[in-house]
Amino acid sequence: MSSVYVAGVGIISAIGNNVAENLAAFERGEAGMGAITMLDTMHRGKLPVAEVKLSNEELATMTGMPADLSRTILLSLVAAREAFTDAAIPNPGSLRLGFVSANTVGGMDKSENFFIDFLADSRKGKLKNVYDHECGSVTEVVAGALGLTGYMTTISTACSSSANAIFYGARLIKNNVLDVVVAGGTDALTKFTLNGFNTLMILDPEFCKPFDEHRQGLNLGEGAGYLVLVSEKVAKSLDKEMYCKLGGYSNSNDAYHQTASSPDGTGSYLAMTGALKKAGLQPSEIDYINLHGTGTPNNDSSEGMAIKRVFDPKYPPMSSTKSFTGHTLGASGGMEAVYSALAIKHGIIYPNLRFQTPMSELPFEPEKSFSKGRDLNHVMSNSFGFGGNCTSLIFSKA
Amino acid sequence: MKIYIRSSACISAQETFRNESFLARPVAYFRTCLNAVEPDYKEFIEPKLLRRMSHIIKMGVAAAAECLNRGDIEMPGAILTGTAYGCLEDTLAFITRIVEQNEEMLPPTAFIQSTHNTVAAQIALTLKCHQYNNTFVHKGISFESALLDAMMLLNEGETDNILVGGMDEMTDTSFTILSRLGLYKRQPVSNLDLYASASKGTIGGEGAAFFLLTDKASENSLAELTAIRTIYKPGSEKDIQNWIITFLAENALAVDDIGLVITGRSGDVRQDNIYNELNASLFQNNAIANYKHLCGDYPTSSAFALWLASNIIKNQTVPSVTVERGEAAWTEKILIYNHYQNIYHSLMLVSAIQQ
Repeated sequence: MSSVYVAGVGIISAIGNNVAENLAAFERGEAGMGAITMLDTMHRGKLPVAEVKLSNEELATMTGMPADLSRTILLSLVAAREAFTDAAIPNPGSLRLGFVSANTVGGMDKSENFFIDFLADSRKGKLKNVYDHECGSVTEVVAGALGLTGYMTTISTACSSSANAIFYGARLIKNNVLDVVVAGGTDALTKFTLNGFNTLMILDPEFCKPFDEHRQGLNLGEGAGYLVLVSEKVAKSLDKEMYCKLGGYSNSNDAYHQTASSPDGTGSYLAMTGALKKAGLQPSEIDYINLHGTGTPNNDSSEGMAIKRVFDPKYPPMSSTKSFTGHTLGASGGMEAVYSALAIKHGIIYPNLRFQTPMSELPFEPEKSFSKGRDLNHVMSNSFGFGGNCTSLIFSKA
Repeated sequence: MKIYIRSSACISAQETFRNESFLARPVAYFRTCLNAVEPDYKEFIEPKLLRRMSHIIKMGVAAAAECLNRGDIEMPGAILTGTAYGCLEDTLAFITRIVEQNEEMLPPTAFIQSTHNTVAAQIALTLKCHQYNNTFVHKGISFESALLDAMMLLNEGETDNILVGGMDEMTDTSFTILSRLGLYKRQPVSNLDLYASASKGTIGGEGAAFFLLTDKASENSLAELTAIRTIYKPGSEKDIQNWIITFLAENALAVDDIGLVITGRSGDVRQDNIYNELNASLFQNNAIANYKHLCGDYPTSSAFALWLASNIIKNQTVPSVTVERGEAAWTEKILIYNHYQNIYHSLMLVSAIQQ
């Protein structure tokens, strides 16, 4: 089967509203976490989150959409449009286009307001606020706005959702179903997820410290990230340099526990080795790993043990960009795929902020400083989620 | 490459689970919503787990287990699910507690089980299955998306015996909200006379149907899943006709080669017009069957339709309760044409296995 290329990238996160702003924030070493300013929750002032620094009204103006839409839709449209514009496909009408998007809670930011009124009186609550409750609705609205309704679908596998959307998008091209797929994911901060992770007691009351011995948990974030995947034929027809190609991917299940990862990281190990096999690469050929690295004691230990099994004794540079963006759940795989594609194009290694003490059980530590202009041929991106869903992607120089 | 349905299992408002009568004694309801007939879950799920599991998880895990039993496969090569609404019961339980307890003292269980991939995850966990595991959540084509993934996986040749299912659950709350959105009839109706009532709205439903797909036919295989296709807002009836004709032509068929068309007629006068028009035009010479009066209408009900079609082919009998028009005779080619809310339309072509 032929290769799949990355022709465009787009992102919005707590560290910037587009690709250029995100890259500048990495270079400055500036994290996106802060106090909760938008979500109407009792956790305000107690838990830090990584908010996109635009209100719904500002996002609506930016996208030309109504401000009463779910924030998840608005974030998705900003990033997907940037990616699609960046790809600059001259005759999209002559190609089979698709949109594969991921999210975890759909229009929950609106639904949870609906339920305040509905639970008091089941005849009350503005129906408009539950209209886009379904995950698929978020995808549908954005596909409509971008003219990508020829084929669309939505994937939801918790925190690996958008890595699986990219994986599936690439396979739609390889199976000759589509020529061009905009693939990635989106999630806005909601009371539902903030309280959910809070009940699991895995939120760090300080800024998160992925892969640090004294890590306390994750910070929730929000955002969206998309790649434009194109077939080899389309890539050749475009008058631009491709970011990279998607050479390897694997989806494995940890099959250990609904939320916890296995101590030896079975699922992560299988995902990484599966992706390497698919790409036809040895572990020593990976030049950078964008870690899942949530900052929870369980994830980082499990992922770390799996990395040790795969890469020992020669470890590539690695870091968790969640130390900048927080954990954006269904968006994280898409956002980190964008960072991985940019890493290859510009030779960037991203820093892992706030890392101080190596984890006692691991013989390696993450990168602490930003560098660019390096020669990176192969970058691995890990995304693992609830339900044991583990996915690794490998991006390679085009 | 040919793709075969090795086995199936279906939990629905009818006695479709571990019941060989094949809809010979349909269950009659006088309601606006049909709930699934519950099997005895204890055989499939440990009592300790069973207590914590929501309805959709129980239905999904049991239907998946029975499908594997019937296919005589212990470990599937991949697990794929499609669900539009996901784990509604747990999602609504957690939202309710957030509101009522003002975000304080919340137990985590409902949140943990609320993610859309919970059913696929619980199946993997039960089987200790480390293989490819994915969940599609795209409204009226959630199940079809999962099927397409399964067909691509087989085409890629790296795995076999793919477990794929479609499921959705109905809760009191979702029924209330969807009723306010105008989906369902205002007055109870007899489900077996659903199509006689010329009124707005359909009847709600729920269920879980699983299939094992393989590229190798065996003696007990049910049918060949020849092709699937989906389309979003296709436009006029003429566009839909052309879309169907093209789909059949791509499979070297004309509409007269189709022995039976199973349509997604829902009893909603606003939604059924397309079926009326097609039955009088493109499908004028075809036998027609329906299924939503049996399982109710829900976004993944096409999984019930696929269960029906593949078992019609295997049993060589068309249950009379499904027949709208024409001879209820055995057929080699069944076309399933369903649309959900006239937004997502899907086609599935199911064929007898050529020896």
